[in-house]
Parts: sequence; C-alpha cells; structure tokens
Amino acid sequence: MNKFAFVDCKTVDQVLGQLGDGAMVKAGGIDLLDLMKEDIVSPPRLVNIRNVDSLRGITISTDGLHLGPLSTLSEIASHPEIQRSYSALADAAGHAATPQVRNMATLGGNIMQRPRCWYFRSSDFDCKKKGEGSDECHAHNGENQYHAIMNNSSCAMVHPSSTAVPLLGLGAQVELTSKRGKRMVAMSEFYVPPEKSVVNETVVRPGELITSIFVPAPEPGTRSAYQKYGEKESFDWPIADAGIVLVMDGARCRKASVVLGVAAPTPIRSKEAEAVLVGKTIDEGTARAAGKAAMLHATPLSQNGYKTQLFETAIYRTVLLAAGQMQRDQSAVG
Amino acid sequence: MTPETFLLEEQQAAAAQEKPQEPKRTENFVFGIPQNGLQQKQREVPVDEPPPLPANSELTYIGKPTQRYDGPAKALGKAKYTADVQLPGMLYARMVDAKIPHGRIVAIDTTEAEKLPGIRAVHVIEHVYGIAELRDPKQEPPSRYPTIRYVGQPIAGVAAVSQQIADDAAKLVKVQYDAIPFVVDRSAARADDAPMVFPGPADAAGSAGGGGGPTDVPQKGNVHGPKRRLIGNMDKGFADADVVVESEYFTQVQTHSALETHGFVVDWKPDEVTIYASTQGTASVRDEFADVFKLPKSKVRVITEYMGGGFGAKFGAGNEGVVAANLSRKANAPVKLMLDRRQEHIVSNRPDSHQKLKMGAKSDGTLTAIQLTSYGTAGVGTGAGTAGPATNLYKCPNLLTEEYDVFINAGPGAAFRAPGHPQGCFAFEQAIDELAVKLKMDPLALREKIDESPARKAERQLILERTNWRNRKPDGSDTGPIKRGMGIAQSVWYRFIDMDSSCEVRVSRDGSVELMSAVQDLGGGTKTILAQVVAEEFGIPPAMVVIRIGDTRFPIGPNSGGSVTAGSITPAVRNAAYQVKQKLFTAVAPSLGTTADNLVVQNGRVVFRNDPSKTYSLKQVAAKLPTNEISARATRVPEYSKARLTYGGVDYVELAVDTETGRVHVEKVFGAHDCGRPINPTGVISQINGGMLQGISYALFEQRIMDRNAGYMLNANLENYKILGAREVPEIEVVLVENYIAQSSTDAAGIGESAGIITLAAAIGNAFYNATGVRMRRIPMTPAGVLTALGKVQEEVQA
Repeated sequence: MNKFAFVDCKTVDQVLGQLGDGAMVKAGGIDLLDLMKEDIVSPPRLVNIRNVDSLRGITISTDGLHLGPLSTLSEIASHPEIQRSYSALADAAGHAATPQVRNMATLGGNIMQRPRCWYFRSSDFDCKKKGEGSDECHAHNGENQYHAIMNNSSCAMVHPSSTAVPLLGLGAQVELTSKRGKRMVAMSEFYVPPEKSVVNETVVRPGELITSIFVPAPEPGTRSAYQKYGEKESFDWPIADAGIVLVMDGARCRKASVVLGVAAPTPIRSKEAEAVLVGKTIDEGTARAAGKAAMLHATPLSQNGYKTQLFETAIYRTVLLAAGQMQRDQSAVG
Repeated sequence: MTPETFLLEEQQAAAAQEKPQEPKRTENFVFGIPQNGLQQKQREVPVDEPPPLPANSELTYIGKPTQRYDGPAKALGKAKYTADVQLPGMLYARMVDAKIPHGRIVAIDTTEAEKLPGIRAVHVIEHVYGIAELRDPKQEPPSRYPTIRYVGQPIAGVAAVSQQIADDAAKLVKVQYDAIPFVVDRSAARADDAPMVFPGPADAAGSAGGGGGPTDVPQKGNVHGPKRRLIGNMDKGFADADVVVESEYFTQVQTHSALETHGFVVDWKPDEVTIYASTQGTASVRDEFADVFKLPKSKVRVITEYMGGGFGAKFGAGNEGVVAANLSRKANAPVKLMLDRRQEHIVSNRPDSHQKLKMGAKSDGTLTAIQLTSYGTAGVGTGAGTAGPATNLYKCPNLLTEEYDVFINAGPGAAFRAPGHPQGCFAFEQAIDELAVKLKMDPLALREKIDESPARKAERQLILERTNWRNRKPDGSDTGPIKRGMGIAQSVWYRFIDMDSSCEVRVSRDGSVELMSAVQDLGGGTKTILAQVVAEEFGIPPAMVVIRIGDTRFPIGPNSGGSVTAGSITPAVRNAAYQVKQKLFTAVAPSLGTTADNLVVQNGRVVFRNDPSKTYSLKQVAAKLPTNEISARATRVPEYSKARLTYGGVDYVELAVDTETGRVHVEKVFGAHDCGRPINPTGVISQINGGMLQGISYALFEQRIMDRNAGYMLNANLENYKILGAREVPEIEVVLVENYIAQSSTDAAGIGESAGIITLAAAIGNAFYNATGVRMRRIPMTPAGVLTALGKVQEEVQA
C-alpha cells in the first residue's frame, strides 16, 4: 500500500473542498482499503467522511425513506420500518458480507463498491477496465465461473452491491452534491454499463459526493423481498441474487419489479420476468415462469452456465417469498 | 513414512530397533475394546518400564476430560505465537517471489530496493527448498539463479525497520525473466506435446511430516511414475467377481491455509542462532538449519511455544527460514519473516487427483479385485499418490495400484493431514457403496462383511445404535427439489512411532513438578496430555504440572507429522515421571521411616502400602529431599510388540441437497473413532470436530483456482478461496472407542489424521447418492459441480 494523506472532515463543505487531485472518499473503508492493499487504487489523499454528521440518519416521511449515506448496513437491516415497508432493502443490507463488516460498511460505500472480478482485483493483471492500454478481458477466455451471464460481451465483471438490487427495484434516487449544487439521479441511471464506458461504473463525477439516498414510499399492496445465493452462507459473494417488488391487487400482481444483481456488470431489471408476473395470480407456476423468462437472453461464458439455473431458482423463490408463499430459503440465509 | 505400504511390508524396522540382550520382565496389559469385551495381553517389557496402566475407567487423570492446559492463555490473547514475537532491534522481512510461471532469471536488480530508507538487508536465493529437483542437474544450463517453475516461487527477501518498508522494498526488486512455455492444468500437462516443467526426470523428497513421492520410477514428459504395486492376479480377481464396478473420480487442490502463515524469527548470533519457528517439528527445523548453514546442531536453538496451525506443511527451515537467517546474518539483527496470505496459499497444498477405480466382488460382498490408477499433481513436487485406503482398509487377494505424479507449473504439494487419504477415500469408499448398490446390500452391512478391524466393527455398531441409519430411505426416493440422504465412510491410519521422543521430569523440594521436552504443541493439545500423564503418576491435578516444551534446549521431541506425537512422547513422559517418582521415594523413604517400595500414590496422596493410615502430600514428601531437586530423563522405548497397527473411524453424514441451487447442506455428522487409549477425550473430540469441519470444507468449498492462460492462482486469499464458516457447521457428535493395544506404557495414539478429514468427502458423496440417486465423482461439490452432475446444466470446461 502506498503512502497517503488522511483528511478528517466534519461537514459536507469540508469534504467537497478536499476532493480532486485523485483524492478518494472514505466512509466505512471496507472496499477501499481492500483495493488499496491490492494496489488497484493508490489515492494520494483519503477524505474521511465518517465524522460528517449530516450524512447520517434514517428518516421516514410520508413521501418515503431518506437514508443518510453513512447509514450502516446493520442499521438498515435492523430498522423496524424498513423491515416492514421496504423488506427487500432490509434483506439485502442484512445478508451482505459478515456481521462485522455490516457494522462498518455504509450504504453509500456499498453502492459505490468496485466490481467483482478476480482479474480486475489483482494487480498482476492489466485489463481494459483498468484503462492502462490493455484491451483484454481475461475472464472471457479464462476462469469465469463467478462472472456475468448477461451483458457480458465487453466486460464480464459483476456488480457486488446487494443493496443496489432492491434500491433499483424500489425506484430509489441518489442525491449527489458538488460545489456546483445538487442533482438527483435515479438508481436506474446510476450505474454505467461497460458497453457505454468500460472505465466508469457510475455517473458520479469527480468532485461529487453522495449526500442522500431516497426511496419513495411504496404503493399500497407492495410486497418485496431479496435473497442472495452463494457457494456458502458464511461470508460469501453472491453467485445469484434477486430483488423482487410486487404491487398486489388482492391475489393479482398489478406491478412487478424483478432485479438481478450479479447476473450482469450492473444490477438489471428483467422486463421479461416482470411481463410474466404482471396481471397474474402469483403462484409457483408464474414464479417459475418468471425465472425462466429472465434467463431467456442469458449469454453464459465457458464456466458459468450453472448461474442461469441459479438465477431461475433465485427469482422464483424470491417471488414466492415476497408474495408470502414461501419461507426464506435455507440456501440463502447468509 | 509410507502409509501406502504400511500393512504389506515386513517388519524389519521394528526388529532392527530391538536390543536382544535387554533384560525383560513379563506383564499383563489391558487389551482390546470395551464394547467388544476387554481382555488381558501378556507382553515382555524392559525391566525399568513402569507397571501397566489399567483401563481409563480406573484412572484419575488419564482418560478424563481435561481443560486445555493453555486454553486461558489463548483465549485471553496472552499466548505468543511466532508472528507475535518481538525482539529488541528486530527487523521485518518480506519475500520477493516470481511473477511468471516458468522461465529463467536473466538479472535481478536490487538497487532501488536497497536505496529505500529503513532497508537493512537484501538476500537473493541460490537454492529453492521443498520442490522437486532434476536427477541430472546438467539437463539445465548453469545459472546463478534457480529456474522459475511457478508463480510465487521465492526469489529474494528484504529486511527493513518496518513491515511497510519491507513490503515497499519487495516491490522495488526488479527481476528480468526469460520466459519458457508453461502448463498449470493437470490433464493438459499429460499431453505428449505439453510444455515440460522439468527438462528431465525430477524427484521430490518428503518432509519430516511425510509427503514426497517415489524416486525410483520412470518419467515421461511431466508424468512421473507409476509407483506400481501388484498383489495376486488381477485377471483372476476379476474373473472370480460376480459384480464389477468401474468409475473415475476427481479431487481438487486444497491449500493448507493455516491461520498463522509460515514464518520465522531468526536471531543470528555468532555463538548461537535462535529461531522462533511456526513449525510442527522443532527438531526438523534445527536439523535443516544446521545442514543448510553448516552449523553444529548444538549452536542452533529452535523455539515454538505456540503454533497457529500447520496441517503437515510446516517442517524444516523452508525457503522463508533460510532467507530470514541470511537476512539476520547480513543485517546483524533479528529478522521476522512471515509469509503473507497469498504466499501462504502457494507455499504448500494437498495434490489433486484423477482416479480410475475398478473393483470386483462376490455376490456375498467378498472383494476379489481392486485396481486403482491415479494421476495427481503436486505442482512442482511429487507425492500425489492415493492408494492408501484402497490398499489398507479391507483385505483383498488381488490388488493393483499405479500412482502417477504429474508436474505442473504451480506451487508444491506437501504433506497435508492424512496425505493421499482424503482423495483415495473419496473414490474408494464411494466405490464400496457402488458395489453395495449393485449387490443390493446395505452399505454398512457390506462393510461388516469385508472389514476385519475390531475397532471399526464397534464403531459401526455405534452408528447403528446412535444414528438414524436404520431408517435410511431408498436412494433418490425424495420428491421435491430438496432431497435428504445419509451416508457413511470409513478411514484408516497407521501407528507410526518416532523414537526421538525424550523428556525430563523434575521435582523440586517445594513439591513443584515440571516437564521439559523439545516436542511442540501444534494446537492439538499436546501440553495438556503431557500434564495429565505426569499428574497421574504424582496424584496431583494436571494444572499443577508445569509443561515447558517447544525448545530444542530441552530433550529432543518427535516431529509432529502422521499423528505420531501422542503415541511417541507420552510413554517417554510417563517413564520419566515414574522414574523420578521412584528416585524421590528412594531418597525420602529413610526420613519417612520406611523403604521406597512401601510408598505408593493413591487418591492424590503418597501412602504406605502396609499402613494406609500413613499418608502425605507430595509437598510433604518432597520437603524431605536431601537435594534441592531431583530429575529423570527418559526416551521412548520400542513398541512392546512388532504388531503393525492401524487406527480408524466410521463417519456418518445426514445432508440435504437443494437440486435447484446445487447447494449441499450437511445437517448432521456422527463419528465413532479410535486412537488407542485416549488421554484427554476433550482434546481428541476437539481434534475430530476440526477434522470433520476441514473434511466438509474440502468436500464442498475449497479449491485452488489457477488461471490457465497466465499461470496465476486467482483465489490466493480468503474471500475467493472458500473455507467452511460458522453457518456451515452441522450438528456434530463424536464417540471415542477406547482401543487398548499393549504397545507402550501409555498406549496413547494421535488422532490428527483419522479425524474426519479422510472420510467426510466420501461420506458426503455417499449421502448425496442416497439423497438423489446421482453419484458425485468430483469435489468440491459447488453449485456448479452439483448442477452439472444433476444434469441441470451443460457439462462445463473443468480444470
């Protein structure tokens, strides 16, 4: 790890004044420190925002849920109102990483994590994502069992954020603040797929800081759930995960949002799966059909074809969990 | 040690140990297994041996659950491991290792590293230890640098005033390579036109913990072997068979992943080199340092007070020890060199395997033929043989095993908890179940028919009595996506004894008792059992015995590999304790107004045999000593009989297979195990718990993943190298079967190997079959592997 300066800030203005010249924002420091130890990033200056009080706090109002970006995953997971009305978000926050990590990791940091790809995360490999003149994707012809099975033709990384999945499904918006002011970005626009830019993963510009995350109040009849599947339950990255938001009209599904996490380089909604659910009574048959539909256009690589089966299962079981027709899965308790 | 041949070889070794003139006396020993009825066994023993111990049920401290001697120190963080050692003026070191999988080093430039403020020494390696070496070194052009044969091969070391500076300096060492084509895939390496890892035949020696392959075998390309063994006649064996099963099995490379990485603190002084080592063998470290640096052993001191896991891979000086010593010598200061986590994954592993197994049996189950061909890679080492279980579990008149090592450009294999046996058992014990299916026999009943081991017979009985086995459903009969099943597998390990097992027991006039030996405690609880053995002789609680071990200034101790420690050192400890007690009685008897032979320890008191009303505490007795202290030193005596003995266990697994996610959930494990006379049942069970968890982890999660295009290990960390965690721990129950063998003054035996690591993958495989009707022939059983085996996805490219 290279030497770096450490700047402790108390206010957003102080933070904004410290950004630039390659400085990086440190909240929980979970992903950032990993990247620094592996020499993937070497910022000359870390701007510590953990002590900026205005970035904390969870408030529920009639319009929805306002989350300070410093809210820890454990705070979100254990919040009774989030558990009740935004279940998928509580599920995702409560099943990420380990209890210790969840006590340190923040929501802002969670959605700003760099992608999972062992080639990207090893300083032994250059690749086009690192923008260092290499035009290669080592995963395409290499070891790709954990890589993307959709939208993977340019770069086969997967996005690791569990919370981004329900945030996308629940229609969340991210408030970005810079010296020039604030702007709101919908989660659906927040991530940049590699086809658009292989280097930039989000629309966050240099000099911008996430200052709030807003989740609109759910429509009446909304039920949601998130489940994550790994190779094991104790601290593992997902190999499949699904966030489901259903707006129910009695037994009939009026609106559906089916979000897949580690299927692609960014969290994606499956319009095909949603089309299967909307207007139907939710039962095992429709849930399974939704899972199948979501995988219609999967393009697995040489070693990750199994992930299509896992996603089909993750989707159908999570639809049934959201609909209250199935218990939480034994294979997704981590 | 060669477990594969254990039961087949003649017993010349034991005969050679015996001194024919030694005076002997006859004793009756408790013998056998309580469940089967205890017997008496008469043995001739050396005259100064202590009297035979009765069964555990009649003892005070031996055989009783005992709190770990150093448990509080460990739980409170007071135990100082090698990684915790801090010496005045100590420097910190980092290894520089290879960034290419195969090639020649053209030049090494250390100038930038040496310019870094705080750097104190740089050492470039001249010889790499622990990997195979060419039989004819002239097959490679001479070079001042060793040929690079794997990514991560040690090249140099740097020492600095802080770990950060050492880490930075390591990155500044510039190595210029001349690359050579490489191969990291076992099957690809077997091809005729595969890149050659070695230009000619090469062999690797084992360590004090075993491992290493045969040296007298042919080599073609990267394929080293076979080591071939034939008993009987295979044609006849298969002709005699009513049923034959034939199948292939694949196991992965598992890395040792000790929590404390390999490492040393070396303090090189002209008068004595002091080495703090994370090692399983203080003697092996001393010997290799003395050998490498041409030092008399008397000037090499090795200290291992606490040890953070080795599993077979920590013997000798290792490259990191040699580098640390060179750096210490150059810098004239103590140097600490611990491998980082990535290096720990590369320094050693359990070889993988591709096994072809064919077996024949009569319709009543009697085995007629076993034929095993195995190919495995120990990277740039050898020792991938898997024939142990097939050779030694059951008697079979016709046996052919052919074991091949395949070289690839990857880190070397090393002895790893029951070398070869988890791999071999995964194939062999599943094939036994396949036979049972074909014979329409209950798998447990088939083993009852073919297994001659009395201990395992008692263990199978426990499975029948204490598990749900009798309610086993037909294979694959569950409907629905979650399917449950149960399976068993059996293990075999061998009684190895290290005669370099000595100790001294000292009693002071204040009644305090201490024991000294160079033997180390890997974490299995050696200190505790030594305290119990001494305590039993003196009638004082084990916690009152001071145990000083892990220092070569004390009498030599065994290297802890192959489950030798308890069986080797405890008889020496008991003998020393007994002898010093006799000396004590002799010294104090006159002042007590009696003779030594009238004194005996009973219920924690020293008692007159002829007058039980006369009792004294040890303190009172010791106070009569004419000198300040009295001591005795004892060394392991040969086994009382030449019988070749094995240990074993039977493990039972209940699991659920989620056929839509490919997840295998192990829900319950029941194990019945034997290891001679258990000294501390708590410690033994604890070891078995650990072995079972390591076995589940091996079966379901762990695997080294190599990038075939660049030759790097991609998951050399603990987030992508997946090891079982708390949520994967099933309900575990362990029952110990006491097995009195009348072989030594304690009859103790180690349990490191036959502790679940051998059986669990096979038992899980058998339970998986019972659940699904599908045979898992490949581990780890990840979602990818399981869904593929269940036909839910297309066959995938597998390394």
